[in-house]
Amino acid sequence: MTLVAEPRFDLDDTLPHQAHPQLVQVAAHSSRLSVVGTGERVLHPKPSGRPDPTAHLSAADLEALGRELDALRQQVLDSRGARDAAYIRKTIAAQRYIELGSRAVLLFSLFPPAWILGTAGLTLSKILDNMEIGHNVLHGQWDWMRDPKIHSTTWEWDFVSPAAQWQDTHNVTHHTYTNVLEKDSDLGYGLFRVDPDQPWTLGSLAQPFWSLLNALFFEWGIASYDLQLHSIINGEMPKDEAKRRWEAFRGKIIKKLGKEYVLWPLLSGPSALTTMAANATSSILRNLWANGVILCGHFPYGVDTFAPDSIENETRGQWYVRQMLGSGNISGPWIVHFLSGNLSHQIEHHLFPDLPSNRYYEIAPQVRDICRRYGLHYVTGSYPKQVASAWAKIIVLALPNKEEGRSRASIVAEAAGEAMSARVAKFKARRAAKRAR
Amino acid sequence: MSLAVRPARRPMSLRDRAWRVADALAKPLLPPGTLDLISPLRPGADLAGRVERIRLETPDAATLIIHPGASWAGHTPGQYVRVGVEIDGVRHWRTYSLTSLVDSPDGRIAITVKAIPGGLVSNHLVHEIKPGALIHLDDAAGDFVMTTPRPRKVLFITGGSGITPVMGMLRNHLHELPDVVLVHSAPTARDVIFAGDLAALSATGRIRLVTRHTDSDGMLSFADIPAIVPDWAERETWVCGPGGMLDAAQTFYDAAGLAGALHLERFRPHLIAAGDGGLLSFTTAGRTLDGDGATPILETAEASGMLMPSGCRMGICFKCVLPLTEGAVRDLRTGEITYAAPGDGVAIQTCVSAPAGDCQIAH
Repeated sequence: MTLVAEPRFDLDDTLPHQAHPQLVQVAAHSSRLSVVGTGERVLHPKPSGRPDPTAHLSAADLEALGRELDALRQQVLDSRGARDAAYIRKTIAAQRYIELGSRAVLLFSLFPPAWILGTAGLTLSKILDNMEIGHNVLHGQWDWMRDPKIHSTTWEWDFVSPAAQWQDTHNVTHHTYTNVLEKDSDLGYGLFRVDPDQPWTLGSLAQPFWSLLNALFFEWGIASYDLQLHSIINGEMPKDEAKRRWEAFRGKIIKKLGKEYVLWPLLSGPSALTTMAANATSSILRNLWANGVILCGHFPYGVDTFAPDSIENETRGQWYVRQMLGSGNISGPWIVHFLSGNLSHQIEHHLFPDLPSNRYYEIAPQVRDICRRYGLHYVTGSYPKQVASAWAKIIVLALPNKEEGRSRASIVAEAAGEAMSARVAKFKARRAAKRAR
Repeated sequence: MSLAVRPARRPMSLRDRAWRVADALAKPLLPPGTLDLISPLRPGADLAGRVERIRLETPDAATLIIHPGASWAGHTPGQYVRVGVEIDGVRHWRTYSLTSLVDSPDGRIAITVKAIPGGLVSNHLVHEIKPGALIHLDDAAGDFVMTTPRPRKVLFITGGSGITPVMGMLRNHLHELPDVVLVHSAPTARDVIFAGDLAALSATGRIRLVTRHTDSDGMLSFADIPAIVPDWAERETWVCGPGGMLDAAQTFYDAAGLAGALHLERFRPHLIAAGDGGLLSFTTAGRTLDGDGATPILETAEASGMLMPSGCRMGICFKCVLPLTEGAVRDLRTGEITYAAPGDGVAIQTCVSAPAGDCQIAH
């Protein structure tokens, strides 16, 4: 009998290992695959009449800038290797050990020093899990290692939003349409007005309050946003998709709440209640920190937004410019970068969302230099400064834009009056209908 | 009896049971991978092994003695195992023959690897890897094994590293085989893997060894076999070596009407030459498309009406990632080529990758 086995050893020995990059002309419709534009630049002022923030750049500038950033990306790709792999593995190991240690300490959380130590450890563990590890693994930053356990298609995190749902809204919508009005819903999450070009309503007045609530319960805010709860409620989403999303979400909640508020407290015995309190506290502390980091990314003063039609036929160069102008960094010592998941390098992250996060710090000076040479701002500042700036914007934009010949107060008063009379009219109509019956 | 050489599964020790309990507890209580950090070789962990020793067989071949994880289910002599190693941070899988005793008292297994010029993984395993390194393993597989009942007369014909599965059989089965002839070819005397072991077996008369140094003696032709092994036609025959040798063996045995006595191990070198475009096969959908070298795979598939996962369409969101199970693709942004050998399942971004040769995609 003749047996033909599967191909066996030494397969590699016939494969060339050094790729020989050879660029081919892209025949794609999506012009973001290329830095070469097809025609003259068309400027897109914003609906309010504010200018296109990229107006000073010619088509040639955009192409040159695109090539420079492509080269920078290639420079990182060429040197990506064992050092980077060791970095993410060490970070994951550290997070796992911190979580294990903290949960063990919390078994005795009735004893106050244990509660404090355990809660602090758990907060740190959640921050690392969500930011430097989860966010970045789910971006595919570590897919190149071909480790199926550290991969964007298999990773799950200690965050109620199921990884796949978060990837939809974050990686696809937000990173593709960064800061484009009406297209990037991260621009205020559909709840907040964070740009003068977004419409003001009477409800905007309450946004500082909602924003505070969102900061405290950020994990749940993001989860309902990723679930697209509003389109489920108002029936926009097809029934079967809504069901699929809801089931994934419910499964995640049961697992997570079961772990934190049932299983670990049960194991803690007499320390059950204090362990629950530790879990809740660490979640809220993580929420506050993460929410602050996210606010710093796109909301502080100085960060630009773009007109809805500005991305038609966008080249990769234009897309790069939009990422740089539409993002803001956080300056600070190493620990700020580490604990923010290197989202303190939001500009670098938005340029290259798939490069390993430990490299953003290294390329930041070159990115900053490119910004300087092409006359683009590079928004950065300390964590407290940038958080304050974002909050100031949320508070100021709770009020309507100033209009010629009208004060903000009179616009608010008029809107309130209109709302009141609309309500009265509705009430009267209902009463009339009742009487008619 | 082939069962006789398969070790009985290790009885579960108290420690194994403790790990099972820890595993069951960890699942709902701890993030995935926590126990892997503490004990990657424990029962219940994904199959892995720790390299304990490296024994150089020739200047460019080595045997790696590996402590396999508790989930290792044993092997049959002649089989191979897929080995995953991290080189420059990237995991690569290759297949090597097992050359150890199936029931070695310390439970260790061994693979023997020949480093071939330009071979990334083989050179790493022979020259770079250090004792203590963790490697990933698959279950042993392959049907290039001894037949049952054991044949009275056996002929092995091997070339180069083709000796490795045969050595696995000799070490485990020789006591059951009364009459063995081994015809082995290697370029020079210093290239003969296991030269010492083979010489010892030959000196004690346990096997008849015919070694051919092809650099000086020329390539073995099957036409010479009747002269070298007059009773070849009475022998159950196993052949392992380069493709040309296997093809010649097949032709020779077919012509003699003895194909039934021939066992081949094809190490089919997979030549993937990067070109522009190629056939795109989607294995789940059962579709084959003509992919051109300048259009993303995603667009080619969608244009033919296939439903594909997609997102940003510019290579940043990783929603379109699918496993390339075989073939080569070119990244349209950088020109970089990614290769996948069968079984690799390399995840590629279909929105920025175009075929650079025939490709198989699991979708």
